[in-house]
Amino acid sequence: MSSETSQRTTERGRIRVSGFDVERVESRDPLSSWEPDLQSEAGRGRLEYAWQRFKRNRLALFGAATIVFMVLLAVFSRPISLPNGFPVLAGQTVQPFSLAPADPANQDVLTGYREPTLENLFSGTATGLYLFGADWAGRDILSRVMYGGRWSLSIGFIAVAMALLVGIPLGSIAGYYGGKVDEIIMRLVDLLYAFPFIVLAIAVIAVLGRGYWEMILALVVVGWLPYARIIRGEILSVKENEYVTAAKALGSRDRSIITRHILPNAMAPVIVQATLSIGTTVLVAAALGFIGLGLSPASAEWGVMLNVEQDAIARGRWWAGLFPGLAIFVFVMAINLVGDGVRDAFDPQGDQSDTDTGGLR
Amino acid sequence: MAMLEVEDLNVRFYTEDGVVKATNDLSYRVEAGERFGVVGESGAGKSVTSLALMRLIDEPGVIESGEIRFKGRNLLEMDEKEMRELRGNEIAMIFQDAETALNPSYTVGEQISEAIRYHLGLDEAAARERAIETLESVGIPSAAQRYSDYPHEFSGGMQQRVVIAIALSCDPDLIIADEPTTALDVTIEAQILELLEEIATEFDTAIQLITHDLGVVAEFCDRVMVMYAGHPVEMAPVEDVYYDPQHPYTVGLMSSIPRIGDDRDRLQTIPGRMPDLIEMPPGCNFHPRCPYAEESCTRVEPPLVDVETGEPADPINSDAQAAACLAHTGELSGELDYEVTVRGEDDPAVPGDAPSSAGVSDR
Amino acid sequence: MSGSEPLLRVEGLEKYYESESDFIDRLLGRQQNVKAVDGVSFEINEGETLGLVGESGCGKSSIGRSILRLREPTAGSVYFKGQDITTLSDSELRDLRKEMQIIFQNPQSSLNPRLTVNDIIGEALDIHGIESGVSRDARIKELLDRVGLNASHANRYPHEFSGGQLQRIGIARALAVDPDFIVCDEPVSALDVSVQAQILNLLEDLQDELGIAYLFIAHDLSVVEHIADEIAVMYLGKIAEIGSPEELFAPPQHPYTEALLSAIPEPDPLWEGDRILLEGSVPSPIDPPSGCKFHTRCPRVIPPADYDFEQSEWRAVMSLRHRTREADIAVETFDAGEAALMESLRDELDLPPTLSDPEAEEVVQEALRLVADEEFARAASLLEETFETPCSTDEPVLRETDAGRVACHLFDPAYESGPTRGTPTDDGSAAGSATSDD
Repeated sequence: MSSETSQRTTERGRIRVSGFDVERVESRDPLSSWEPDLQSEAGRGRLEYAWQRFKRNRLALFGAATIVFMVLLAVFSRPISLPNGFPVLAGQTVQPFSLAPADPANQDVLTGYREPTLENLFSGTATGLYLFGADWAGRDILSRVMYGGRWSLSIGFIAVAMALLVGIPLGSIAGYYGGKVDEIIMRLVDLLYAFPFIVLAIAVIAVLGRGYWEMILALVVVGWLPYARIIRGEILSVKENEYVTAAKALGSRDRSIITRHILPNAMAPVIVQATLSIGTTVLVAAALGFIGLGLSPASAEWGVMLNVEQDAIARGRWWAGLFPGLAIFVFVMAINLVGDGVRDAFDPQGDQSDTDTGGLR
Repeated sequence: MAMLEVEDLNVRFYTEDGVVKATNDLSYRVEAGERFGVVGESGAGKSVTSLALMRLIDEPGVIESGEIRFKGRNLLEMDEKEMRELRGNEIAMIFQDAETALNPSYTVGEQISEAIRYHLGLDEAAARERAIETLESVGIPSAAQRYSDYPHEFSGGMQQRVVIAIALSCDPDLIIADEPTTALDVTIEAQILELLEEIATEFDTAIQLITHDLGVVAEFCDRVMVMYAGHPVEMAPVEDVYYDPQHPYTVGLMSSIPRIGDDRDRLQTIPGRMPDLIEMPPGCNFHPRCPYAEESCTRVEPPLVDVETGEPADPINSDAQAAACLAHTGELSGELDYEVTVRGEDDPAVPGDAPSSAGVSDR
Repeated sequence: MSGSEPLLRVEGLEKYYESESDFIDRLLGRQQNVKAVDGVSFEINEGETLGLVGESGCGKSSIGRSILRLREPTAGSVYFKGQDITTLSDSELRDLRKEMQIIFQNPQSSLNPRLTVNDIIGEALDIHGIESGVSRDARIKELLDRVGLNASHANRYPHEFSGGQLQRIGIARALAVDPDFIVCDEPVSALDVSVQAQILNLLEDLQDELGIAYLFIAHDLSVVEHIADEIAVMYLGKIAEIGSPEELFAPPQHPYTEALLSAIPEPDPLWEGDRILLEGSVPSPIDPPSGCKFHTRCPRVIPPADYDFEQSEWRAVMSLRHRTREADIAVETFDAGEAALMESLRDELDLPPTLSDPEAEEVVQEALRLVADEEFARAASLLEETFETPCSTDEPVLRETDAGRVACHLFDPAYESGPTRGTPTDDGSAAGSATSDD
């Protein structure tokens, strides 16, 4: 054995191995067809992987399908005409379909509080008329629920989109620049968080009055806060990544660093939060409607419908409240399923099952 | 019979991308009081080996076949309760990252005495006393005072000492140290290695050291197993591995490390990278990176053989140097023509006999 | 460029960070500075490599980033090609980015996971308007080829590559602007042995072909020794020793370099060098030791001229002094009479039963008595005042020796009265026993 012949030593670097000739490997033809391939198929980004995972999540797909179905129902419930002042196609009908059996505003005192029965389906002339019964004014609830989706759903999507438009830039600026700017923005966030939401909403609506855009504004005033917080926290951690330093070292401008390197890598939790909060926004809008701060009592917004029929429900006319309530429930459930799916898609580690076998079968 | 005998261990991970063959027919033994080194690059299957010993492999990993005999008992046949009693008591583990190995919300003393109370059935006061003793034995000054400190109040090196104290607390027979010094600065690393060495001698504890650092292995270990792509490619007493490597991968590793006092301009390194363990090259897994590879290497998967006789190696009962390369079975027509020279030695630092492998020569 | 002016000259560079503090602290001005880099000067010539070694927290990364002004230096100047870049405006700085680049330690976090390799390398070209259209693609292919990657992988994302390949992409990005100087911030410490060698070879090839100068930051002396033309060893924000690898290692002069070198595990099972084990860990840079920053751990502190110490005794007294200052002696664990307490204290501190110098013995006894009463502050000041050593009072400066430049009083003729260099074995065992007491 070599140890017998070699002496112990205090000198470093005595052993030298030579003749391991790299050139030979590089210059020869591959011996086998095996190739040191990359770990996956070509050029797929992480978003694509997330989409792949989302597609495999059946519950989330079911939720997405439900949402699409409800949106389609809302859009095709009544024809849509553009207003006369519109720059193009003024006054023309762009969506001619009318799935709702009746005009949701069509009152008929004779049919007030008609019960929902299957017989209605066959007795009436129009298909499905009074399938869900009628409200106090004899308006077809099925039609109103379908048509009301236009208000409720659009409020959810638009309010969240606008809140993102406010929250993301403010949170990004706070997180990226830090210091005084950060201090001012985040203290504003704390301040608004400290107000009870209802008080703020009442204040906004008291000043501006009731209405669709007023309601959205009331929702956005507080809706942007969580996004600003989340994106700020994410940016604080993402900006520590060395690729941000690398971009600075290459001479990138701040704007390009934020939009190209930081935001895309900080967005995932915001997207998840935004998806989930579409549901809560619809709920809050309904709640505002229910306490009379929402749209006008004549509108078919689901919360407003519940508000108007409060007494009726107490008097046993359950259908007047059930169907709008059910619509809210189904939509919020569907949104939550999608939101969870989005979260799992972005964070595949979350769903590993842990069985305690220690690797044994 | 050796204290620990691992025989034909196969661990597989069933992932979405395919089956990861983490270890393949792995056999080795660790004697009582021995310091056994497992060397390899990341992805070689070193850590999986140690987790398998503790039966801590999580989904989707599975110990497919093989035996792990510890003092003659097969760990793979024990139930969970027996295993729990073994872990920490007879086999203990030291991790790379001391900071995450300690629970930040308990004092270090509580964490040590917990194990002592559980395994040795001591009461609180006795456990405390023993915990303080253990802390002292790993070189923590004012141990009684530091007993009630939280992990974040310790520096990185001190945290690793605490982790070692936890491992030592029940006087185990085998400590598995998985890269215990990788996260530490070199002066702290020297302290920790010194400590481990003292422990091994003082308590006669066997240590299975897993590392990628060839310097640490040379300094610490008696016997070494070199792993590549889930296979043991060479197993030998530590001096043979450094002075007379017999597998081309070991040779490549030895020639890639920069050594102080070595005036080479370029390092001769292994080209390419380790295959992922899902889709491995046919035949010898190392052939795409091996300068000595021939056509036959792509057909035959080389068995681990005794380098002198060419007979299948018996890593459980024999100490002889073994390598998994066709050069030692006679199926390679060329030679492994590398040289190991030792500066300042007139005599060849060379094995004299290893006829088939051969290219080893003196200057 | 004139012959005498080096490519990069750093003069008195300082980088202080504000320690973590909240709003109220800032309001009250209760702010502590972390002196990450505390007056560092060096030069790098064209096409050469300066290695910067030190343990974590010694400020080596801060130097790299301050030079590129990725973090604004607190004080000092950085001259690049004769121009002080600390005074440049933002737009001038942007032009300079074409000449100075950086490679990072962690290949995973240094590449944006959402961009393809093409985008990552192309960004550098776009920012400076270097190439566009077809020639841009050609240039990217050429760069990938240059760093040893398959050019057809340009449209893949970082997560599809291995660590070594990612590091090559990072190098290609730095090369894209054709720099003259690259800061390599621990570029190989996250990589496996064989891949590490591949990257080191690549860096050396690039230097040979393109004449790039490197500031090579690492904690591994053997890597630095391999690649650097000159090495600077850092301790707590200051350079302890600087010189060529030959000067530095044969044999090292500064006690810290000596300890650092001796601590490297040698890949040779028959190597039996002496280990100099340093006590404890690096002190906090918020409140660094006075005088020579290394004196709290140094095995070769100069003993006071008025007393007659043996090195091991002196070492034990230093350790007592250090621990009284930190109040790190648990007196209550020794419940015994005073004599027994004294004995166990001496035992714990590795002090011999009596010191060879009776005068010193008296002082130490007095200090131990104070310790027994838990009067740590008084004990510390007593020891400090009586046993005054230049190492704790005067800050050493880098001075020229026959082999490199060293910042240590042992090599300063003004302190000639101190002990001569002890034999390494003596030092080693003294320090070793001090550490591994149990």
